[in-house]
Amino acid sequence: MRIGVVTFPGSLDDRDAQRAVRFAGAEPVALWHGDHDLQGVDAIVLPGGFSYGDYLRCGAIAARSAIMTEVISAAGQGLPVLGICNGFQMLTEAHLLPGGLIRNEKGSFVCRDQTLRVENSATAWTSDFEAGDEVVIPLKNGEGGYIADAATIERLEGEGRVVFRYLGYNPNGSINDIAGIANERGNVVGLMPHPEHAIEAGFGPDTVDAMRSGVDGLRIFRSALEGALAS
Amino acid sequence: MPTIVVEVMPKAELLDPQGKAVAGALTRLGSTTFSSVRIGKRFELSFDGEVDDAVLSEVRDIAETLLSNAVIEDVVGIHAVAVDAETR
Repeated sequence: MRIGVVTFPGSLDDRDAQRAVRFAGAEPVALWHGDHDLQGVDAIVLPGGFSYGDYLRCGAIAARSAIMTEVISAAGQGLPVLGICNGFQMLTEAHLLPGGLIRNEKGSFVCRDQTLRVENSATAWTSDFEAGDEVVIPLKNGEGGYIADAATIERLEGEGRVVFRYLGYNPNGSINDIAGIANERGNVVGLMPHPEHAIEAGFGPDTVDAMRSGVDGLRIFRSALEGALAS
Repeated sequence: MPTIVVEVMPKAELLDPQGKAVAGALTRLGSTTFSSVRIGKRFELSFDGEVDDAVLSEVRDIAETLLSNAVIEDVVGIHAVAVDAETR
């Protein structure tokens, strides 16, 4: 299985995401924002960072790049796409996911090991979980407040498309503690926390067991792998 | 060279942390006149030619599809500024 990771000008976690893909047992493929070529990958990760310096709006310019034309088309055909942080912002700007992400409620950048509840284990990126699982994934963002109009929120909740929810503490003022959502089909998922930073003991978030021992993020990448093996 | 100004504001019902911070600074400076501040964006699009309906229509389209995100922002103004005003 080959998972593409797109690098945009200002991407920061593309290499981390590639490494996470490798740790999950798949082959990472570096994709470039200016290309129209997805190189036949089986899934795509839009990594975190500050594409185009967050100019205009977070993810707005990247969402209109050459490769995104292909990503949007492939997502429409069911290709698994994961947007992490800035990648999530791109997915909303590209209209692959509804709603938007605005500056954190308290105005400050937040960086913490965040507990999440997996609400939906039927998406392409959460099949390795059980609904209700609690995981710890590092979160680091300045503009992670998820918002949408009331009808959209009602629809997301009603259709089980809230995939991850903040537990214990809402770091950015997101409506309904929403940390991540999916499209209708469940192949496109966006979340603000960074699963690629929780893949290797010694370098992950703190857990009750030991410092930096958290590897819950790996299961998100493994989910895509399982989906590919099952199909 | 004509310039068309596009103004974009965060939606009124959304919290504007930047504006709130500025309002806090105003209070600390002793101003009691203003109860709130909101911060938006102003884009200046310059081009060679005449301001006509076609140009304004194109700007409207750009304002709605690229310069603003309807989920979080509103385009609150599109207007051409006088050429004289551009001589700085």
